[in-house]
Amino acid sequence: MEEKKTKLLDVSKTEWIILASAIVMPFIFDFSPYIQGLLIFILLWVILGSSWNLLAGFTGQVSFGHAAFFGMGAYAAAIPMLHFKISPWWGLLTGGLAAVILGYLLGVLVFRLRGPYLALGTLASGEILRLVFGEEEWLTNGHVGILYMTTWVSKYPYYFIALALAVCALISVKLVMKSKAGFYFLSIREDEDAAEALGIDTKKYKNVSMAISTFWAGTAGAFYMIYMGFIDPEVVFALHNISIITILVGIIGGVGTIWGPAIGALIMVFVQELFRSAIFGIAPQWVSGLHALIFGVLVIIVILYLPGGVVGDWKLLLKKLKLSKSLEVSK
Amino acid sequence: MDIFLQSLVSGLLIGGLYAIIGIGMTLIMGVLKIINLAHGQILMVAMYITWVLWNFLGIDPYLSIFITIPLVFVFAEGLSKYLLHPLIEKDSILPENQVLMTVGIGMVLVELARSIFTSDYRSIQTSYTEKSLYIGKISLSFPLVIAFIIAIFLTIGLFYLLSKTDLGRSIRATSQDKFSATLMGISAGKITILTYGLGSALDAAAGSLLLPVYYLYPDVGPLFTVKAFVITILGGLGSTVGAIAGGLVLGIAETFGATYISSGYRDATGLVIFLIVLVFFPGGLKRFTKV
Amino acid sequence: MSILTLDNLTKNFGGLMAVDHVSLSVEEGEILGLIGPNGSGKTTIFNLINQYFPVSEGKVFFNGTDITHKKTHEIAKIGIGRTFQKVRPLKRLTVEDNVMAAAFARESTFAGARSVAREVLKFCNLDSSSMLLAGSLPIGGRKRLEIAKALATRPKLILLDETAAGLNPGELDEAIGIIKKIRDELGITVLIVEHIIKVIMTLSDRIHAIAHGATIAEGTPEHVAKNPTVIESYLGSDYNVEDHLNV
Repeated sequence: MEEKKTKLLDVSKTEWIILASAIVMPFIFDFSPYIQGLLIFILLWVILGSSWNLLAGFTGQVSFGHAAFFGMGAYAAAIPMLHFKISPWWGLLTGGLAAVILGYLLGVLVFRLRGPYLALGTLASGEILRLVFGEEEWLTNGHVGILYMTTWVSKYPYYFIALALAVCALISVKLVMKSKAGFYFLSIREDEDAAEALGIDTKKYKNVSMAISTFWAGTAGAFYMIYMGFIDPEVVFALHNISIITILVGIIGGVGTIWGPAIGALIMVFVQELFRSAIFGIAPQWVSGLHALIFGVLVIIVILYLPGGVVGDWKLLLKKLKLSKSLEVSK
Repeated sequence: MDIFLQSLVSGLLIGGLYAIIGIGMTLIMGVLKIINLAHGQILMVAMYITWVLWNFLGIDPYLSIFITIPLVFVFAEGLSKYLLHPLIEKDSILPENQVLMTVGIGMVLVELARSIFTSDYRSIQTSYTEKSLYIGKISLSFPLVIAFIIAIFLTIGLFYLLSKTDLGRSIRATSQDKFSATLMGISAGKITILTYGLGSALDAAAGSLLLPVYYLYPDVGPLFTVKAFVITILGGLGSTVGAIAGGLVLGIAETFGATYISSGYRDATGLVIFLIVLVFFPGGLKRFTKV
Repeated sequence: MSILTLDNLTKNFGGLMAVDHVSLSVEEGEILGLIGPNGSGKTTIFNLINQYFPVSEGKVFFNGTDITHKKTHEIAKIGIGRTFQKVRPLKRLTVEDNVMAAAFARESTFAGARSVAREVLKFCNLDSSSMLLAGSLPIGGRKRLEIAKALATRPKLILLDETAAGLNPGELDEAIGIIKKIRDELGITVLIVEHIIKVIMTLSDRIHAIAHGATIAEGTPEHVAKNPTVIESYLGSDYNVEDHLNV
C-alpha cells in the first residue's frame, strides 16, 4: 500500500484559486470604494469568525464574549497612541498579545465552567469590559472614543493587509488542526472527561486554543482601529454587533470546519448589503431596513435545517436544493 | 442613612419585578435545560403590546396584563413548538444549538420591533406615572408599588399552580428527571413546550408592569436578557424561590451600585456579582437560603 | 512486585460509603478480576484510581509511587489506561483518528501517532473499520475501540470496565481473546471489572470480590467461587461452581 505523504500544509487547488483571485481581483476590476470597504469587512469577519471557530467549533468552548478580545486589541492599538503618541500600527503586534493576556486571565475564571455556563461567563465578561472601558475616561476617553487620522485614503493597502491577516489566520487554524493540539481540541470538544483519561491535559489545551483564538480576535480589533480611525466602547465591545454576529457567522458557515467562518462571513456581508441597498435599488426603500431581520431569519433556518452550516452540511444542502428544483419541474 | 434606606427600598421594589422575570427564566431553564437568550426580547414584545394597547385603545397598562399574558403565552408556545423543540432530535456539533436558536429568535424579534416601531424611545404617561408615596423621608414610586403588589400576586398564583395542580406537578417532575417523568406517563414533550409558554407569560407580565416606569426601544430586549440570566444564576439554577432572592438582590445591587459607585456602573455591578457567583458559588444563593 | 496497590481506599459521597477501606494489590503481569454486585463500588474504585473523584481516605500506589493526588491526565501519562463502562468514542472522528488522539500521549508527531494507531487497531481487529466514523460502529466495535484507545496511550496497567457487557457470544470470544493477548503479547497488567462470569472465570489469575464497597474475598477463581459470602451476595445461593469452571 502506498503511503500518502503528509505535507505540513495541504493546500488544495480550490484554495490556491481563491487566494490568487483575491490578490488579482483588485487589479482587474475597478471596484468602487464602497465595494472595497465591503471586501475589507468580509476579511475582518473571516479573521474574527475563524478565531471564534477554533475555540468554539473545534474545541467546544462556546464563547459569547469574543467582543472582549476584539475590543481589547482595538484599545491596545489606540491607548498608546492617545497617551504617548505611539503609532497604532504597533497594534498589529500588541493587539493580539493584549487579547491573549486577557484571554488567559478570563480562562482562569471561566474555564471552570462548561457548556451554557461557559457561554454566560464569557458573555458577562465581555459586557463588563464594555462598561469599564466606557467609564474609565482617564484611560480610554470613555464614550467619546478615540480618533485617529488614517494613514492612507485609498482602501487598497488595507485590503491587502486584511487579506494577509485572514490568510495567516486560516493557515494557523489549518496547521493547528493537523497537529497533536488539533486532535486534543477535538477530543476535548467531544468528551472532556474521556479526553482526560487519555492523558490529555484538558486545562492546558483549552488555554492553548484560547490563546490562538484570542490572538486573532485581538489582531482583528487592532486592524479595525487602524482602518476605521475611530473606536468607542459601544462599537468594539458590542454584544450584538461583534460577539453575537461572530457566532452567527460561524454557525451559518459551519462550526468545526476550516472554511466555514469564511463562507459565513461572505454570506453575512452579502445578505446584509443586498438588503441594505434594497436589492440594488430595485425594491422599495423600506426593504433596506430589513437587512438585520433577514439575516436573523437566515440564522434560524440554518440552525433548523443545516445544523452543520453551509460548509459542514454542503452535501445535504445540495440535496435539498436539487429536491426542490425537481419538485418545481414536476409541477 | 436616608440615602441608604431610599436605595434599599427602591432596589426592593424594582427587584420584585426582576423576580418574576427570573422565575420565568428559571422555569424554562429547569425544564428545557437551556438558557433562554430571547427572554428579554419576549419581555420587549410584551412591552410593545402594552404600549400599543395604551396608545391606540387607551387600555391601562396594569389591566393589559390580561391581554399580554395569554397573547405572549400562545406566541411563545409557537416558538417553542416549531423552532426549539425540533432541535432536540437533531445531531449538531455544538450541544448548545437550542441556546443559539434563542439567540436567532431574539435577534429577529428585536429587528421586527425596529422595522415596525423604529428605534425611537417610547414611554407612556398615565395620570399616576409621576406620583409618589412617602414613608418618612423615603419616597416610593406609586406605579412601582402597584407593580410590586401585582408581582406578589402573580408569584403566589404560580406557586399555587406548581404545588397544587397536576400540571404543576408534571412540570416539577419533568424538571427534576425527564426520563422518570416520561415513565410516569407524563408527556415530557408537551410539558416542555408548555413551560416555555408559561415562563414567557410571566416575563410578559413583567413587561407590562415595567412600561409605566421604564422606557421602551427595541434594544431593551437584550438588556433584559442579560438581567434575566444574572437573576437566574444568582438564585441558583432551577430554584423558583432562589429566583425571587436573585431578583431582589439584583434590584438592590443595581440601585446601590448606582448610588455609591457611579450610575455608569449600575449594570456592571450586577454582572460582576453574577460572574463571581457563577464561577465560585455554582449553587447560587440557594446554598445560603437552604430552600 | 505489585504494580498497583490500593491502601485502605475510601470514598464517601456525603455520608454514603461507596468504597469502604478497600485494600488490594495487582501483581505485575497478572489479570486481576474485580467482581461485586451492581452498585458495589467497582466503577467508583476505577474512578478513584484515575482521580475522577477525589479520594476521601487511603492511598493509591503505582509502582511504589503515591499517585493519590495526581490529576487524571497525569495518571494516564504515567501508564494507567482505562476504558469506560459506558463507551465514550469521539463520535464525529474516524476510528483511526480516535485512536490517534490517544496515541499522541506518547508520540508527538503525526506520522508516529498514526503508526501507533494502526498497530493498535490491527491488534484489536478494527483495522477494517478504521476509516468509519466512530459513532457509526456497532456496540462490539465500540467496546474494542475503547480498548484500542486505552492501549494507544501505551499503558503498563489497563483498567477494563465491563468491556464484555452487551456483546453477543461471537463478540464475547473475540473480546476474551484480545484481553488475553493484551497480557500475553503486550505484557500489560490487567485489572478487569466484569459481570459476565464466563469472562471473569476464564481470564482472571486472581479475583477480588467486593460488596457494599468493602472487600469480602480474594484469591484464585476457584477459591473465590466457593466462598460462601461471595455466593450469597453475588452469585446467588443456588449457584453451582462446577458448571462454570470448565468453560
